[in-house]
Amino acid sequence: MRTDELIRMLATGAEPVTFRPPGRRLASGLVPAAIASTVLMAVALGVNPALGATATDPMFWVKLGLGGALLRAGWLACVRLSQPGARLGRGPAAVALAAVLAIWALAALATAAAGPEQRAGLWWGQTWSGCPWNIAALSAPALAATLWAMRGLGPTRLRRAGAAAGLLSGALGAMVYTLHCPELDAPFIAVWYLVGISIPTVAGAALGPRMLRW
Amino acid sequence: MKDTEERLRGLLMQACAGDNAAYRDFLLELSRHLRGFLRRRLGRMPDAVEDLVQETLLAVHNQRHTYDPGQPLTAWIHAIARYKLVDWLRVHVRQDRPTEPLDDHEDVLANDDSAACEARRDLGRLLERLPDRQRLPIIHVKLHGRSVVETARLTGMSVSAVKVGVHRGLKALAASVAVTARSSQ
Repeated sequence: MRTDELIRMLATGAEPVTFRPPGRRLASGLVPAAIASTVLMAVALGVNPALGATATDPMFWVKLGLGGALLRAGWLACVRLSQPGARLGRGPAAVALAAVLAIWALAALATAAAGPEQRAGLWWGQTWSGCPWNIAALSAPALAATLWAMRGLGPTRLRRAGAAAGLLSGALGAMVYTLHCPELDAPFIAVWYLVGISIPTVAGAALGPRMLRW
Repeated sequence: MKDTEERLRGLLMQACAGDNAAYRDFLLELSRHLRGFLRRRLGRMPDAVEDLVQETLLAVHNQRHTYDPGQPLTAWIHAIARYKLVDWLRVHVRQDRPTEPLDDHEDVLANDDSAACEARRDLGRLLERLPDRQRLPIIHVKLHGRSVVETARLTGMSVSAVKVGVHRGLKALAASVAVTARSSQ
């Protein structure tokens, strides 16, 4: 087929097109994934029975806020990396970095305030061995949904786009996990939550070049 | 150059509002720019230029809903052309590096090359391999210029199935182009 024939073919009977911001499509995948992840958490792990009491502790909200900030960073990065030619800019990295620095500052303060014999407990908590894997598992529905959504848009830097999808999903998984997780110490959150979120981020970067190709 | 950006953008806006003549003009002018852009970067592989022009046109068509009218069209087109070129180079050229820098954003519209020639890879043959529910709508609507309603009557498909068939078929065509690009190395 000659190029002019292809052009005639593409232009013939072409339907009107509305330009849609990528956020709509990303959200249409992310909302069902968030519901699936919450159900998965409730069934497989169970909601923290002490959630009512935990929710009055400011650290619960710090934990949720960390997830929320990284969700925001991942979302911005996904929106920008889904559109050909849109600049990623510094915004997403700045939001993520600020969130990580804030939780590490709180972790340092908590460690400094604790007695030497309590310090290890702050960092390891009771549930460190499960936490990162649980967060990674809870992020799986969102990772699949986000990669699907991005593939239908136009990512042109696939590894970065995959990593952004992973960050978004990991942050969502972490937020859902806070409803199960009994830990309330900043050092624990600063390490194990971030390890948990980085698992889907690395997975997304690895999957991106293959799964997002169009 | 500014003129080109403005004119192409205007044509695309008209096209996306449903003006097929404007869309043909848009694609025609775009193809000339793409040909110039790609020919400079594939100097040693002139045969590949037309394949990539076609692949990029198909990608622009399939992804045109991702264009943000608030952004420069040049940046959007350059990102797609560059993506298709890098993808192609990764498959076909392992050690060879392109001699021209890929990132020179403005010049996707700077070259104009209207010497259209036959592509090596025949999209028509790839089209033949699509399943009927995609191939027939494309042949009736896109090649013979029949209306969606008429096509639905001729094929016994529903109107929405015809629309979906055209849409998915062109996506499948783009995907099969990528697959043949891989297998033909």
